[in-house]
Amino acid sequence: MALPAAIQEQSPTEQSATSAAVIDLHGLSVNFGHRPILQNLRGDLRGRAIGLLGPNGAGKTTLIHTLLGFHPPSSGTAQIFGQDIVNDAKQIKSLVGYMPERDSFIAKMSAVHFVRLMAELSGLPSEAALERAHEALFYVGLGEARYRKLDTYSLGMKQLAKLAQAIVHGPKLIFLDEPTNGLDPPARARMIKLIREIRDSGEAHIVLSSHLLLDVEECCDEILILRDGQIAVYCNLEEERKSNRKFLMLETRGDQSKFVEAMAGLGCEYALTGDHRLKVVLQDGVEVRDLYRLAVEGQVQIRRLSYKRDSLEDIFLKAMENGHGCL
Amino acid sequence: MAVYEQTYKRYAGPLTPEWSRFFIIPRHAYRGVFKSKLFTAFFVICFIPLLVEAILIYLHHNVNALGILQVNVRELIPIDASFFEAFVNLQGGFAFFVALLVGPPLVSRDLRNNALPLYLCRPFSRPEYVLGKMSVLLILLSLMTWIPQLLLFLFQSYLEGARWFIDNLWIASAVFIGSVVWILLLALLSQAVSALVKWRVVASAALLGIFFIPSVFGEFINVVFMTRWGHIVSLGALMKNVSDGLFGTFVRATGRISGFDGREMILNEPPLWCSWAALFVICAICLALLSRKVKAYEVVQ
Repeated sequence: MALPAAIQEQSPTEQSATSAAVIDLHGLSVNFGHRPILQNLRGDLRGRAIGLLGPNGAGKTTLIHTLLGFHPPSSGTAQIFGQDIVNDAKQIKSLVGYMPERDSFIAKMSAVHFVRLMAELSGLPSEAALERAHEALFYVGLGEARYRKLDTYSLGMKQLAKLAQAIVHGPKLIFLDEPTNGLDPPARARMIKLIREIRDSGEAHIVLSSHLLLDVEECCDEILILRDGQIAVYCNLEEERKSNRKFLMLETRGDQSKFVEAMAGLGCEYALTGDHRLKVVLQDGVEVRDLYRLAVEGQVQIRRLSYKRDSLEDIFLKAMENGHGCL
Repeated sequence: MAVYEQTYKRYAGPLTPEWSRFFIIPRHAYRGVFKSKLFTAFFVICFIPLLVEAILIYLHHNVNALGILQVNVRELIPIDASFFEAFVNLQGGFAFFVALLVGPPLVSRDLRNNALPLYLCRPFSRPEYVLGKMSVLLILLSLMTWIPQLLLFLFQSYLEGARWFIDNLWIASAVFIGSVVWILLLALLSQAVSALVKWRVVASAALLGIFFIPSVFGEFINVVFMTRWGHIVSLGALMKNVSDGLFGTFVRATGRISGFDGREMILNEPPLWCSWAALFVICAICLALLSRKVKAYEVVQ
């Protein structure tokens, strides 16, 4: 049965945006002693890859730990795939994988033994666990080193081994806490590539916690910026990218007056920023090719055309400057 | 996720039952434990007293062998409660050394390497983790204590007859309960020490200290206060009293001394219920410590 054209054209990201919530936060608060760490977090996250951003101590790792059931909420609750993190903790844990930030492994074990043990603890039968352990280690690029003791691994290899144990049981949601910490550029690129591959496979959702904006920007389609344990900004990067397509920066040669009048005639807003430079906001129904047509008619050359992009850095910095936002 | 495909795939196969997952920990732990040839040799040596026990039971019933050896073993070593108690206590001593070698690194190694979040982020709870780690010792120590002892009890019953079996069934229960209490105590103490101390050598030393330092302190109390209540803090004495109680050989009056006025005083061991209560309190403390320390992340307040 053929799907309607509109649906066929939807990207996996767009499909996920309309699907059920991956994480639902219902006034989630966490206190350590009398100190509030997370305060009244609300909203639902639906993206294929969700980025958790924030400065150190913002509560990113605590949020992941609370979702994993390591810390009890002091008030409110959260749901993962519709299951409560307190009442259905075991069911949730069978659906998730977790790559911790710190070095975490079992000493005196080879990588394949370690990953196999983790797969068995997730409920896989022994033979299947061994098979998946080999596959996961090959997948992350540790195939040749899989019989080596984990103690002998470099930092980059340990990060990959941690990723292997997080995906060995094929979870539906993978929490990655600072996965590129301490990696050199090639190792970082490899880690990012793996995360993107997992995201694009459509088999798992990813929650990526990082303070590195570039990592999040490269991997995620939805971001949650935390500040002092509260949601500072929620942003759907995909939507943001789409909306950014309306803002153009042009560099022209020739008499601009007729050209800008013609653009105004189409309903576009514009601002001259220099002798030959102007910013344009496209109206609905006006395409870039219409501008080229107007430029030909007004005998103006368009030397450069670029989309003005609100980068993640801009969003992050605004979030740090502004007050608290909410979903 | 086939190797040649190199893509991420979810697992859709069957899963093991949840109740059986704690067995995964001992299964993997034994691979490491028996890698040491020294430990394997020691573990084999632990079975020599059982072999001697089996030979004694056999000789007890083999008239020809007794004739050849010209020994009246029946009178020399009667097969009764004291016979089994002696071997249960001997195996208990070996069990202590096995626990000393195997127990301390079990939890401490995971704590040192931050492995607890990896266990606890899976459908595997903290009680299951503790049970899994404890079962490493419980299974190993059972194999060298009550399981062979009960088999030897059955062997003796087979040679002696059904009447003996029925009359002495309480010995089997004493063997079982005495051994289980001992190995449970060893397992809990070694896990608690392992959870408190991250270094294996220090943990082993601490476990050794827990058994010997209070014994010395208890004897000091006994001497200074002319009593036997010092035994209440000595794990060895507590277990001896409990074991004696189970095998019907417990005697409260274990000494007499002359007081300052010249009158003779009888030194009484603490009542049996006190020994049981003390063991219960020790086990409860160990469980409380484990509950406090075995966490994915410790929150420092």
